[in-house]
Amino acid sequence: MKEKVLSEHFSIDNFFKLDVYLKHNGYQAVTKALTELNPEKILKEAKAANLRGRGGAGFPAGVKWGFVPQNGDKPKYLCVNADEGEPGTIKDRYIMTHNPHLLLEGIIISAYCVGINTAYIYIRGEYENIALRLETAIDEAFQKGFLGKDILGSGFDLDITVHRGAGAYICGEETALLESLEGKRGNPRLKPPFPASIGLFQCPTVINNVETLSNIPAIILKGAEWFCALGLPNDGGTRIFGVSGMVKNPGIYELPVGTSLKDLIFKYAGGMKEGKKLKAVIPGGMSAPILKADEIDIAMDCDTLMKADSMLGSGAVIVLDEDTSILDVLKIITKFYAHESCGQCTPCRIGNSWIKKIVTRISQGGGKEGDIDNIARLASNMLGKTLCPLGDAAAMPILSIVKKFRDEIETSIK
Amino acid sequence: MSLEFSDKTKKTIYKIIARYPQKEAALLPVLHVIQKEFGQISAEEEILAASLLGISQVKVREVVSFYTMFNRKAVGKYHIQVCSNLTCTLMGADNVLNFIEEKLGIKPGETTPDKKFTLSTVECLGACEKAPSMMINFDYYGYLDKEKINKILDNLE
Repeated sequence: MKEKVLSEHFSIDNFFKLDVYLKHNGYQAVTKALTELNPEKILKEAKAANLRGRGGAGFPAGVKWGFVPQNGDKPKYLCVNADEGEPGTIKDRYIMTHNPHLLLEGIIISAYCVGINTAYIYIRGEYENIALRLETAIDEAFQKGFLGKDILGSGFDLDITVHRGAGAYICGEETALLESLEGKRGNPRLKPPFPASIGLFQCPTVINNVETLSNIPAIILKGAEWFCALGLPNDGGTRIFGVSGMVKNPGIYELPVGTSLKDLIFKYAGGMKEGKKLKAVIPGGMSAPILKADEIDIAMDCDTLMKADSMLGSGAVIVLDEDTSILDVLKIITKFYAHESCGQCTPCRIGNSWIKKIVTRISQGGGKEGDIDNIARLASNMLGKTLCPLGDAAAMPILSIVKKFRDEIETSIK
Repeated sequence: MSLEFSDKTKKTIYKIIARYPQKEAALLPVLHVIQKEFGQISAEEEILAASLLGISQVKVREVVSFYTMFNRKAVGKYHIQVCSNLTCTLMGADNVLNFIEEKLGIKPGETTPDKKFTLSTVECLGACEKAPSMMINFDYYGYLDKEKINKILDNLE
């Protein structure tokens, strides 16, 4: 049985309620952090744990916290990214539904570490029922003195507000999230300045993903060394992998960072549905470059997938079988990014819309010679040429599909 | 005639505004409340939101037109949103959509004449393990097939 940090108690009835959570050692990490440890010690532990961001970029959380200037007189903010919108990604929904107090503990400890008194949970608008559950959990925590003024007699104050988005993929990008939280369109900001120095309401801001923060309580209780040993030395802990598509048992699987993608599909998710053959896998949410069937003998960690020219992203694995038309996949990907581009940067706005038009035309039987090269050229012209990573997020999977499945797409053109 | 909130909603809105150091930041949550109360965000609702937050109507329009969840025209009592993203399509979302279109006699973007159902397609709902998935108002439904869809829709009053 593999050790679980986040999902161990998911199957316990009413675990989302504070009284049940407290029966399973709930809020021990907050108690330890606020009464036995100081912020410097927590920061040291978080850095040593090599907890890489679970939202997509894989940036070490402790390092991010360390960027926040501590000598200013402006208030500082924590924004929790619960905008889960990367296609294939389902993990934060599970954490917030089944274990909301674990997330709250993570928020309290991180805020205490960075010296933050106000946190916002930016949750995608569609998750209204989960937002209500989080609000109930926050009320419960207030009543027991885990939130509010002078938490556990430490002198530390924290207030948390749940803020619902309204249906825009781009708001998962951290600076678009900030704009949206300020009541504006979700147009990403130019970086630098980075949010750590100028973020929400022009103040220093930390932005962390739900799963990232939910790992903090265990790190506080069991230590960075334990956390690293669970996963890899420079990419600690577990990941909640979400497996969807043509497998026998789609769902979430919390496994050590570095678990083999092959095992994830064939051992844990039960292998291919209806005995079909594997065609390809998208290993980290739709933005991650595709892997062919013969490329899945690979460890699921940030660095290994990056070396393989793909991305661990949000750990969302989408499995395609032999009957899947790669042109259909390309059509859905291009439709998505053309729809979700905020329109601010020309390469992304125009590039995605043209790629969608070409792919749609090919799929309707009107493919022309040169189409594939044009798709690749348009995608290449988005790479690195936009304010935010959405341009890259669209270009990367498109380029990988065009490169790895060119022959198949060509058969639809002739 | 200008729009009036119930006292309860007024209280909710003032509570929301108090959560932010800048009033304008409460725009998205306030719009959610307004949409719940009046069923849509048309020009009239935009003016209401603008006056509550001390901003211009055009600022509200900028925001309303950016986000897909704000309905500038009222939707039916039940808003069915069928996921059309990758995993759901692999698992048969096209069949789900076709079946609902036939059953209700409407296409995406349309509302039934009795104003009971509005049908839309939507990008990833974050329920891929239960694909094909859909959302009706704010409730999620997964593992959809014809039988299940019949049961869900026939049970809606």
